[in-house]
Amino acid sequence: MGQFKNFFSTRWGIIGVGAFIGVLAPLLQKWGNPGNMGICVACFERDIAGAIGFHRAAVVQYMRPEIIGFVLGSLIAAYSFKEFRPRTGSAPIVRFVLGVFAMIGALVFLGCPWRALLRFSAGDGNAIFGLLGLIGGIWIGTLFLKGGYNLGRTEKTYASAGWLLPLTLLGFFILILIFPQIQGEAKSGILFYSLKGPGAMHAPLLVSLAVGLAIGFAAQRSRFCTMGAFRDLILFKQTHLFLGLLALVVLAFITNLIVGQFHPGFVKQPVAHTMHVWNFGGMVLAGLAFALAGGCPGRQLFLTGEGDGDAAVFVLGMIVGAGFAHNFGLASSPKGVGPHGIAAVIIGLLVCLFIGFTMRKK
Amino acid sequence: MSIIVDAGGLSCPQPVLLTLNKIKEIQKGEIIIKVDTDTSKENVSRAAQSQGWDMADIQKHKTGYTLTIKKE
Repeated sequence: MGQFKNFFSTRWGIIGVGAFIGVLAPLLQKWGNPGNMGICVACFERDIAGAIGFHRAAVVQYMRPEIIGFVLGSLIAAYSFKEFRPRTGSAPIVRFVLGVFAMIGALVFLGCPWRALLRFSAGDGNAIFGLLGLIGGIWIGTLFLKGGYNLGRTEKTYASAGWLLPLTLLGFFILILIFPQIQGEAKSGILFYSLKGPGAMHAPLLVSLAVGLAIGFAAQRSRFCTMGAFRDLILFKQTHLFLGLLALVVLAFITNLIVGQFHPGFVKQPVAHTMHVWNFGGMVLAGLAFALAGGCPGRQLFLTGEGDGDAAVFVLGMIVGAGFAHNFGLASSPKGVGPHGIAAVIIGLLVCLFIGFTMRKK
Repeated sequence: MSIIVDAGGLSCPQPVLLTLNKIKEIQKGEIIIKVDTDTSKENVSRAAQSQGWDMADIQKHKTGYTLTIKKE
């Protein structure tokens, strides 16, 4: 197992995992997921928030099995390779707040970094502004890191503490089985479902779960992280993670071409708007929040699976942030930004700057 | 006496930042770095090697790893 263990952390390992995600994400779209949203960690956590009624935006309510699979796949990988290290205590409240604003920023753009890359690979030009914003936000984050920004050390904790969020998500999966979607019904038992819109579009349950588990496993092994890809490039001039990101884009582009999902342009792109300044601004906020929290939304799920309780708190922050985003009219729609989206981005940036400037160790 | 960087409990990218800062400071010699996750172990060794340092020793223990990097 030793040789296999090393493979994923090699250059070809990370490229392989990026390529793997790059092929599977467009295929998930082909199999039923929303447009250019084969995988979107932010959108899918938002859909989960809708499924449990944290917000009542009717078009985005679905208990996404991919998210559950990401965490459980990572948990399986972590246990298989003796890497499950239950830990917590590195400023959890800060991570929660960063999660909230990361989600708000992502929903102003309409996507997490993964979806920004997938939108770009499918020809959505608006994604370019989102990606530039993401890089800008991460760049600001690297300035804080250079200046001594640090959320402090974690403590080793009980294994059961590391299990709490994975078990919660397992419970959510059991809820899908107890209260499955009923054709034409907006509610099944205690779970909300969408009748139209992105929330109504999804690949078959077991396909979504299987892909989620496989990606969760591979990403835990390889430490795949889209925020880290840009951060390491800017901060250390290291290309390791970036090669994985590049592989994702190239393979997603090829897969989109093959299955007929490549449609270049700016207007009428699926689940996207054309307000360039706020596509950019939303992702500056998200990128900065990810950089201050040490990982993109996907990476936070994989860290959760290997026992990182602080990453789990970030994930919970994102789910609660989705509630704020839709209840307060902060999230964008294809028509443009929400009524209070711009205010939320500005407040979020101020909060992130406050965190970055005040949490430094000399 | 070797220089010790205690990156235990610190998450990405702190262990790498601390190691690279120390590398810049002393230019050559031996640095012992304490980390607690496999990710940090991989990242630190990748960063050190990119600066021309050799991974001299990796000790695994219950709570993580002790890495020794060297440059003559």
